[in-house]
Amino acid sequence: MPFSSLSHIQDRLNHGETTAIEVAKLYLDRITEHNKTLNAFVHIDDEHVLAQAKASDTYRAEHGARALEGLPIAIKDIFCTQHGPTRCCSKILEGFEAPYDAHVITKLKEAGAVLVGKTNMDEFAMGSSNETSAFGACHNPWDTSRIPGGSSGGSASAVAAALTPAALGTDTGGSIRQPASLTGITGLKPTYGRVSRRGIIAFASSLDQAGPMTRNVKDAAMITSVISGHDAGDATSVADAPELDWLGACDKKDMKGLRIGVPKEYFVEGMDAEVRASVENALKQCEDLGAELIDISLPNTNLAVAAYYVIAPSEASANLSRYDSVRFGHRCKNPEDLLDMYTRSRDEGFGAEVKRRILTGAFALSSGYYDAYYLKAQQVRTLISQDFKDAFEKVDVIATPTSPITAFKLGEKTDDPLTMYLSDIYTIAVNLAGLPGLSQPCGFAEGLPVGLQWIAPAWREDVLLGAAAAYEAATDWHTKVPTGFGGES
Amino acid sequence: MSWEVVIGLEVHCQINTDTKAFCGCSTAFGAEPNTQTCPVCLGMPGQLPVLNALAVDKTILTGLAIDAQINLESKFDRKNYFYPDLPKGYQISQFTIPLVEHGHIDITTKGRGDRRIGITRIHMEEDAGKSMHEGLDAVSHIDLNRSGIPLMEIVSEPDMRSSDEAIAYLKNLHQLIRFLGVSGADMEKGQFRCDANISVRRPGEPFGTRTEMKNMNSFRFIKQAIDYEVMRQIEVIEDGGKVIQESRLWDSVKNESRSMRGKEEANDYRYFPEPDLPPLRVSQERVDAIKAGMPELPHQLRERFEKEFGLSAYDADVLTQTRELSNWYEALVAAHPADPKRCANWMANELLGRLKELNKDIEHSPVSPEAFGKLMDRMGDNTISGKIAKDVLDAMIESGKDADTIIEEKGLKQVTDTGSIDAMIQEILDANQGQVEAYRGGKDKLFGFFVGQVMKASKGKANPAVVNQRLKELLKG
Repeated sequence: MPFSSLSHIQDRLNHGETTAIEVAKLYLDRITEHNKTLNAFVHIDDEHVLAQAKASDTYRAEHGARALEGLPIAIKDIFCTQHGPTRCCSKILEGFEAPYDAHVITKLKEAGAVLVGKTNMDEFAMGSSNETSAFGACHNPWDTSRIPGGSSGGSASAVAAALTPAALGTDTGGSIRQPASLTGITGLKPTYGRVSRRGIIAFASSLDQAGPMTRNVKDAAMITSVISGHDAGDATSVADAPELDWLGACDKKDMKGLRIGVPKEYFVEGMDAEVRASVENALKQCEDLGAELIDISLPNTNLAVAAYYVIAPSEASANLSRYDSVRFGHRCKNPEDLLDMYTRSRDEGFGAEVKRRILTGAFALSSGYYDAYYLKAQQVRTLISQDFKDAFEKVDVIATPTSPITAFKLGEKTDDPLTMYLSDIYTIAVNLAGLPGLSQPCGFAEGLPVGLQWIAPAWREDVLLGAAAAYEAATDWHTKVPTGFGGES
Repeated sequence: MSWEVVIGLEVHCQINTDTKAFCGCSTAFGAEPNTQTCPVCLGMPGQLPVLNALAVDKTILTGLAIDAQINLESKFDRKNYFYPDLPKGYQISQFTIPLVEHGHIDITTKGRGDRRIGITRIHMEEDAGKSMHEGLDAVSHIDLNRSGIPLMEIVSEPDMRSSDEAIAYLKNLHQLIRFLGVSGADMEKGQFRCDANISVRRPGEPFGTRTEMKNMNSFRFIKQAIDYEVMRQIEVIEDGGKVIQESRLWDSVKNESRSMRGKEEANDYRYFPEPDLPPLRVSQERVDAIKAGMPELPHQLRERFEKEFGLSAYDADVLTQTRELSNWYEALVAAHPADPKRCANWMANELLGRLKELNKDIEHSPVSPEAFGKLMDRMGDNTISGKIAKDVLDAMIESGKDADTIIEEKGLKQVTDTGSIDAMIQEILDANQGQVEAYRGGKDKLFGFFVGQVMKASKGKANPAVVNQRLKELLKG
């Protein structure tokens, strides 16, 4: 059962074979057992989890089951929750408890989900390895000396090791898809504007989007169908987004007539040979399933990382100004004056990577540099969007590797931020263009999971889910589990 | 050689919506500190702004009233700076593309006559909270009730050439804004705040270096501050120095300004587009609908009062100072349509004077337009004279009773019947034989004396016209 999918647990609950309480206990026990090794959760409140599960069983008995009735879902520490701390894995939010739930948290609660606790992440979602967390690094269950990816590393690690059947993450430049890829699970970043950002601690407002991290494609669809939809409290949440048949989209068993674009810029030197082989093999399987592979070009791909590392830090530099120690969060001891309070509180509260990005952003926006950096980056962003639009004239969906490499060793890249930034080389363009993207497992390289990324036109998550579901139906990569976590059999 | 003064004004005007610019909190003035706040205007993590549509409409209305261009697509930007009363660490404002551009306001001053003052732009933004340092020992308190209140910033061209022109512009703008109902514009409550950019130059030369004068919260202080700053700059230059571009704070107690340097040095606000708000798009239909609902503007009202009611330019101006005054006047004319000019004279000279003594606005007049109209009626039908009417008005204000009751109770009805007036005249003539003879002998000036005596004898109640007529008759002998 622990490595069951969310949909499987739902079946068992619906058939009265288990209860929400039993399910919750099972996962709480696993967290107790394995979190020491993985550090995937940074906050867990057993009693609160059990109380939710009990309430869910009661609700089911009295009113029947809602969309996610009794299903455990772990929450990245970036989502504000009324219950317990919300710290974005930063010391600056020491002691902070939000007096509100994020919109998506409300949606999950209303659907009957049991929220299992807060998962580890890179501080303020700034990182690709989960090593910048104020609560220490998180480990990859496939090899605990390695990183799980980031920034939603805790969610990825927890799902991969079945400490929870599903989790929520956020994705600003690949923070759902890259860790999903590195831990062998499925992660979906919806179209920008599909899911409300209200109550999600902002990193880069024009790029952030919440999404599910799950054991299979259908589970991702289940959760997204619940958390998506217009929210009048988020002006960037789109009011007239096309509704989709989320679950129906996952019924696809083949790829007949599907035109898959394969961008040549995504298969270049420097990528791990085994990763490349896995992805190319996956593409071949897609052809066997009836898809047509079409070579395409996304000519401005090489500019994406540079543009992203101007735009995201620029927005972040402003978004993180509110952590000034005046109203909440960490305040330094005995400040001499206002300036001292600001500088010491922020110096003590923010980690090195966050500081690096605030400085980068403030520099890019400063007078005299704005045109050369921020404005130029926005122009690149337009070009990248246009590349995708042009491509989608010819193809229905694009397939690429999710990450050029598999999970690396803890500490391997911490002294080299630029190389670290390149881990997101395949995922960043999707955020810049606001498109939906999905990563699913498609093989292993030296025993470590490899991810296949699907990219669809805006609002066409159904295309992503259909392609991914068909691939999943024909393969068994998503059923592989890491050793040492009670799933081998 | 003479100096030319160059002034441009920035007015921050609070838009009078019930709720704040980006959240649902109340904007009511005077509440306990930090009671009108929510996670959005407190800048809590993850909270997002949602634009108040009414604030947009009111800004558009203001733009239309100054004959400006309404940008159907404008943008919000973040203005970044750290201050404890700015919860997010940035202010949401409009930097690159404001909602309103290229308008104007016409002014008249004694010095330079009619002038058109350009308005560069009106943009929307949110207010910051309030920091309080006074009376606190080594700590500051912050009240965030004001945080997020919607503002219009109205930026003029550097078109004014004297403090008189600056004040004329501000008064016209203030009046316009009140007429439009887009702001309470109460300067004491900080709903209408002005910063002045001031420089001097020799006529014909390019602009001199300007300074920005802040913290002037009345028209009087603004004029004083501008005049002070102009003199200061001229002295600096004439002493061979250079004016430094800086912000200066007006001290209305010491009647001087001081530099804010060090406090606000060379701020780089790192403006960039607000990613939490999509571009603000308004349809032409929405603009047209707002235009269709545009109330009569002060200058239109003035012209109409002159034309329709035959008022003098002066009276028309007095009675259109505020929407409340003009409404009151129109209600009065409705109550006493026979003589709009009488209404204007009596309202402007008698009623407003008395209200001023009572320190009351027209909205709080103890006499209603209808009651005042009745008083006008009684003058019109000769029940009372103008002199008695003033006494009746005093009694109305004091007692709250209507004119007829007072006239009745005090027996103030005018005497018009010639029989009793003739009797009174005869008594006066009999008692003053000497004067009668002198008059008949050619001392015409004595006529006034007889009128006065008769009026006195009637306690002012005799109809002066009848008295005049009968006196002439009877004095012929």
